[in-house]
Amino acid sequence: MQERGGLRLQELVKRFGDLEAVAGVDLELPPGRLISFLGPSGCGKTTLLRMIAGLEQPTAGRVFLDGEDVTDRPPHSRDIGMVFQTLALFPHLSVSGNIGYGMKIRGVAQAEIRRRVDELLKMVSLEGTADRRVSQLSGGQRQRVATARALALEPRLFLLDEPLSALDANLREQLQVELRLLQQKLGITTIMVTHDQREAMTMSDLVVVMQAGRVEQVGLPLEVYRRPATAFVARFIGSTNLLETTGAGDGRVRLRDRDLAVPGADRSDGGPVLVSVRPEDARLHVGLGAVPNAIPGTVVFVRDLGELFECYVDCELREHVVVAGSPRERVPVDQGDAVQVEFPPDACVVVRA
Amino acid sequence: MSDRKPTHGTYAVLAVPVTMLVVFFLVPFGIMVASSFYHRVEGGFYTPAFELNSWRRLFTEVFIERAVFSIGISLLAGAVCIAVAFPFTFFLTRMKRRPHVALLVVVMSALSLSEVIVGFTWSVLLGRAAGISNILVWLGVMDEARAYQPGFVAVLLGLCYIAFPYCVLTLYPSLSRLDREVTEAAQTMGASPWRTFWTVVVPISRPIIVAGFLLVFVFTLGSYLISAILGRPEHWTLSVFISDQASFNANVPFAAAMAIFLTVLSLAVVGVVTVVESRTRRLT
Repeated sequence: MQERGGLRLQELVKRFGDLEAVAGVDLELPPGRLISFLGPSGCGKTTLLRMIAGLEQPTAGRVFLDGEDVTDRPPHSRDIGMVFQTLALFPHLSVSGNIGYGMKIRGVAQAEIRRRVDELLKMVSLEGTADRRVSQLSGGQRQRVATARALALEPRLFLLDEPLSALDANLREQLQVELRLLQQKLGITTIMVTHDQREAMTMSDLVVVMQAGRVEQVGLPLEVYRRPATAFVARFIGSTNLLETTGAGDGRVRLRDRDLAVPGADRSDGGPVLVSVRPEDARLHVGLGAVPNAIPGTVVFVRDLGELFECYVDCELREHVVVAGSPRERVPVDQGDAVQVEFPPDACVVVRA
Repeated sequence: MSDRKPTHGTYAVLAVPVTMLVVFFLVPFGIMVASSFYHRVEGGFYTPAFELNSWRRLFTEVFIERAVFSIGISLLAGAVCIAVAFPFTFFLTRMKRRPHVALLVVVMSALSLSEVIVGFTWSVLLGRAAGISNILVWLGVMDEARAYQPGFVAVLLGLCYIAFPYCVLTLYPSLSRLDREVTEAAQTMGASPWRTFWTVVVPISRPIIVAGFLLVFVFTLGSYLISAILGRPEHWTLSVFISDQASFNANVPFAAAMAIFLTVLSLAVVGVVTVVESRTRRLT
């Protein structure tokens, strides 16, 4: 199948009265991939998706689909399939009526609709439910019907607006995997809006992190996690220790009275440098022996969750430093112990404020 | 909810409306049923009896014609009201808040007008002396002012005007709750706004459309002043006939028989429409 569904967003802006929901977004999204818009509620991700769908007219900027300007096209002539947050199934139609709706609108023959509906039901493992009413289905089944319905016309773009938010945690994880496998099998360009970083990491080829109507970072899921560009991204995706250091030049920063090696820290004028270190990358050392790239502190709180242990250390910084690790490699410390927290240079990432 | 046993308090609260219903509806209705069998004393009153004279008169041609006309014009009023009120209410609920509320207030304020005022206002507006046709003459559209009342269209217009706000009120809650994403979903699947309206909004709203239609039907079937003011005798509804018999001809037994017939007829229409609606809904 030739790659279709390449999307380019150019300087997109959307204002609702005084509120600027999307404040200038420029993106080039590759075809055939699953791209997530990730961010907290109110960051403009849904508005951005709705502008791609044509359900919202941008205040400024253009939307290009496969090189063609579709900004002024209404949603019904954009060749898209969309799963809504409420799923928006038609309560007056059966399962097959829902899935076949788009084909019926296009004037596809009854027999052909029937055949395609069966094929789609098989694809989402819902064989035998064609004549059921939507109200007779479980949450997970409804989600699948919505997916099949959106894919019925083999659209160029598959848009998902928090598609799993109505489901409980276990089912949600299961459907994340299912949806991702389906998307990979079909090779359809997919854009998913989510506020759940695990969901984004599970499903995406590319993650677009958004905040306050702007794109904070675009990258591969692991890259966004490991090398966050901004303090916001570092905090929003996973948890992190943000160290407020000052630049000492030549890949070194100053934290309290210690010098730390931080690759990429090129500031030498003593100005502020923000460094992010993931809790699982920081290391704990008992006692006060000489440890490179470490600062001393006192253990405040320890918890062992079975899959993970966490230790909160007061290093006289603005926030407690969190060190996490596997319980099997747990360093034996207790509340009140004097420790040193090591920040290995390759785990330190300089981020923008 | 159904597990909880009703307490004495529940019965006490229920007792008030039940008593009202019995005293002010069931008892008078019983009296009316009884009086429909009474004997009419020519040129005056009636005496208790059991005879079927009044009921027999229901099978005269004049009466049947009136009944058919009444049912017909009420069904028509229901259809016209739904045809206007449904799109109106749908677009009302899709408006921005400020014009939305303003328009709703305007529609609802029409409820404060009594049937008498509405009837006579339309009678003036549709009349020749000071009616709207004068404006058309002034604009040069027409050569000479003319009267549109009394007449069938005038009666229909009056009935629809009276029933319209009620119809909007019936449709409003369900249409304002209609999930916007449902219509958007139809559009992402290739349906134009027009097709979305016909293939999604209307079918989803079918129960409420039927409810609104029945409301207007029953409401206008009992209307009496509008057809008396805006219609010729051949446009009079059964209600006009009933009050005519009761007040002017002093034939209470016949009026009672007609009133009961009208009640039963409207219940029958409501029943049939409801059954047909739920049947067809199950089949689709």
